[in-house]
Amino acid sequence: MNDATKKRIADMVANHKVFLFMKGTPDMPQCGFSMRAVSILRAMNVDFGSFDVLSDDEIRQGVKDFSSWPTIPQLYVNKSFVGGSDIMMEMWEHGELEKLVQS
Amino acid sequence: MFTADRIRVLLEEKLPDCKAIVTDPSHDGRHFQAEVTSSAFAGRNRIEQHQLVYGALGEHMRSDIHALQLKTYLPDLWPHRAG
Repeated sequence: MNDATKKRIADMVANHKVFLFMKGTPDMPQCGFSMRAVSILRAMNVDFGSFDVLSDDEIRQGVKDFSSWPTIPQLYVNKSFVGGSDIMMEMWEHGELEKLVQS
Repeated sequence: MFTADRIRVLLEEKLPDCKAIVTDPSHDGRHFQAEVTSSAFAGRNRIEQHQLVYGALGEHMRSDIHALQLKTYLPDLWPHRAG
């Protein structure tokens, strides 16, 4: 990953308290896992930024290196990597995700 | 095409005291589900547990495996104990 890509990712994450890298857009997810991630965020009524990795191959690959995480979607809260849709679902079920996004 | 059983074998080889139940629910050799336990998960948070699993699968995670729905358990909490 080059420095420009790394900076673009860091800026996106820094400019939003809650940020989701996903396939497709919140209104039109292109993958079931991304859809699940959006559904969880919407169920919590939380504002979030998002980026469609299908629109940019540099970011699509870069974000995997950025977080040492091989799959999309990826959720960031307060600039920290939280996890993919399985971890989001588990945290949501335990009420942990709501606490985190409200922190 | 990859198989659920290859994933299970890889995980059980690479992670200490690992048990894994891996399925291919859509029978496409690309989208898998796994439940995994390992003694290496002790003292690690969920992200770190999942990263250990991804690490064990290495390059396959970037190529053969399109998606892996994952649930990790500490050994004490493994729900599939042989009875």
